[in-house]
Amino acid sequence: MGWEIDPILVALVLVNLLLLGASRLASCVRLVAVQGVLLGVLALLVQVGWSPWRAVLLAGGSVLLKGIVFPRLLWKALRGAEIRREMEPYVGYTLSVLLGLGMLGLTVWVGGRLRLPVPAASHLLVPVALFTMLTGLFLIIARKKAITQVLGYLVLENGIVTFGIALSHEAPLSVELGVLLDVFVAVLVMGIIIHNIREDFDHIDADRLVSLKD
Amino acid sequence: MLLLILVLPTVAGLAAFLVRGDRVRRGLLVGTAFGHLALVAGAWVRLPAPAWGGWLDLDAVGLLFLSVTSLLFAVASTYAVGYLEREGHHAHRDFEEGRVFSDAPEARFVGCLLFFLASMSLVTITQHLGLLWVAVEATALASAPLISFHRHHRSLEATWKYLLICSVGIALALLGTFFVGVAAARPGGESASMLLSDLMAEAAVLQPGWLRAGFILLLVGYGTKMGLAPLHTWLPDAHAEAPSVASALLSGALLNCAFVGILRGQQLLGAAGLAPFGRGLLVVLGLVSMTFGAVFVIRQADFKRLLAYSSVEHMGIMALGVGLGGAATFGALLHAVNHSVAKGMLFLVAGNLLAAYRTKSTAIVRGATRALPVSGVLWLVGLFAITGSPPFGTFFSEFSILKGALDAGRWWVAAAYLGLLGAVFAGMGRIMVRMAQGEPGEGVAVEPHEAWSAVMAPAVLLALALLLGLWVPRGLAELLGAAGQLVGGGPWRV
Repeated sequence: MGWEIDPILVALVLVNLLLLGASRLASCVRLVAVQGVLLGVLALLVQVGWSPWRAVLLAGGSVLLKGIVFPRLLWKALRGAEIRREMEPYVGYTLSVLLGLGMLGLTVWVGGRLRLPVPAASHLLVPVALFTMLTGLFLIIARKKAITQVLGYLVLENGIVTFGIALSHEAPLSVELGVLLDVFVAVLVMGIIIHNIREDFDHIDADRLVSLKD
Repeated sequence: MLLLILVLPTVAGLAAFLVRGDRVRRGLLVGTAFGHLALVAGAWVRLPAPAWGGWLDLDAVGLLFLSVTSLLFAVASTYAVGYLEREGHHAHRDFEEGRVFSDAPEARFVGCLLFFLASMSLVTITQHLGLLWVAVEATALASAPLISFHRHHRSLEATWKYLLICSVGIALALLGTFFVGVAAARPGGESASMLLSDLMAEAAVLQPGWLRAGFILLLVGYGTKMGLAPLHTWLPDAHAEAPSVASALLSGALLNCAFVGILRGQQLLGAAGLAPFGRGLLVVLGLVSMTFGAVFVIRQADFKRLLAYSSVEHMGIMALGVGLGGAATFGALLHAVNHSVAKGMLFLVAGNLLAAYRTKSTAIVRGATRALPVSGVLWLVGLFAITGSPPFGTFFSEFSILKGALDAGRWWVAAAYLGLLGAVFAGMGRIMVRMAQGEPGEGVAVEPHEAWSAVMAPAVLLALALLLGLWVPRGLAELLGAAGQLVGGGPWRV
């Protein structure tokens, strides 16, 4: 099956690298939406052999939420804000991409050494899943805007879902839907809070949220 | 029966958003809370049958934590009614910075409280690792709006930290759950069941490498939620900025629920013969948490943060107890009950102090026993209830953990444990006694007759804390014993 999902996995890697180098928030939101759609297609291709309606339901849910609903929610949270790009991130864009390439090398190496009891659908799946998780964590740490941190959280979650797909072990439908629902509510609540922070503070720089400390 | 325990608060939560009148909604909150408590009491009389093909099943661990949660929620709900009444619907002046802020709609607060109860119940009832994760994440989402009830920038900041740190932490627990799935996958490629009982039945053939890695991720993920240092950074902010009712529930109920997630992991390790691996990690994290708690309690300038760091310390004690095994496991589980009762009570009293003094500063609050005769005394007695002084329950449970450490011959652990307990006692004692004594300053609302709703709930909890120290009912002791056996502890013998 490798030949049909490998292009999608390569696309996921490219999206991750683009995310690390993107400075405009609009592009970041769009890239994460693209990643969500890719993930839905991936789930469809890997799982279609088992029970088609289930795969269609999950893939459809994933595409609908991550590809359409989340970007809209995040836009709504940002509407009216004068923020178009991430200024002065903790780690510069060029350096981020270089670090991303380093992380990619590392995950390919680690992924090759992990021994799965069940062969994954493609030998690329596990490294790509790990790389996506690392990209998400990196975005959360290295960027200042609250919205970029939400995007980082989504990318992290995408990576974990990719790992779940990699194992092709059939988690019960209700659990997968539950996970999807939780992520949806998480983004919804985070969106509301970003909106409130923007109204209150006139900015969404998470690094300026520093009034609480010991 | 099990389904009803979940459905009741969920439906009531939905209804709370639709109901118009404040009084009806508050009645709904208290009615649901006590209805839930009655259902849980019914589970003590006759253990309900499993539902949903074994996905929902109350074992000893589940029943223990479900009971604590339900009891604390019921008591706190009576306090919440008085609190919401006092809060009213007008704008408030922020006493720290003088700005004016409004509260979030009351319907949202009450609705989220009820959803919070439903999600915590699901955490304790479910036997499925995937569903457990869904439930723990749901507790975070239901409680986030509670923290930002007062709409000012500090509460927003606290909510943001809480959501982001806990969501990322819990995401790692999801990865850990997948790892456990990998460990259980059979070479044939059949998918493994994620039911705890199925996993434990096949524990001998679980892949140890993946299981270990999975447990570490579960520990980090749920440990973040439980407030184990150094993953606790969200906890003091959230506890300090949330309304006191919410703080009491976060500390007394939510942290326990995250602990259930870790206990499930430890159960699995035990069945696979890897218990020492998990225990070693729990001992280290436990001692680290106690150290963080002690360091930040001493000279703490904010009394709600003082209680929050004390929670970090107590979560450390619980992790340490389970890590030590033997009699200490029994002690750790009993300590979970004692801590919930005592800390819930202190947070409720802290709410009364906050309302009267209009500051959270430990340097300004003085003469609490004069300004608020009942709350002041409760605060002072609560100090002894939380720091493990006899005759309160915490003394008994902390002593059991010490005994476990000595029985196992872990002298250094026992010494560090005692030293840290002493440091926390000194640190909290100095601050809390000073707050209770002396003359209240100018401009303090001296209230010789406090509202019954404000003092009744903490008084009931304090009575429970005292009762648990004098006498552990046989039913509870048996339940603790059974729960201890599940997570690999030994029987308790005096």
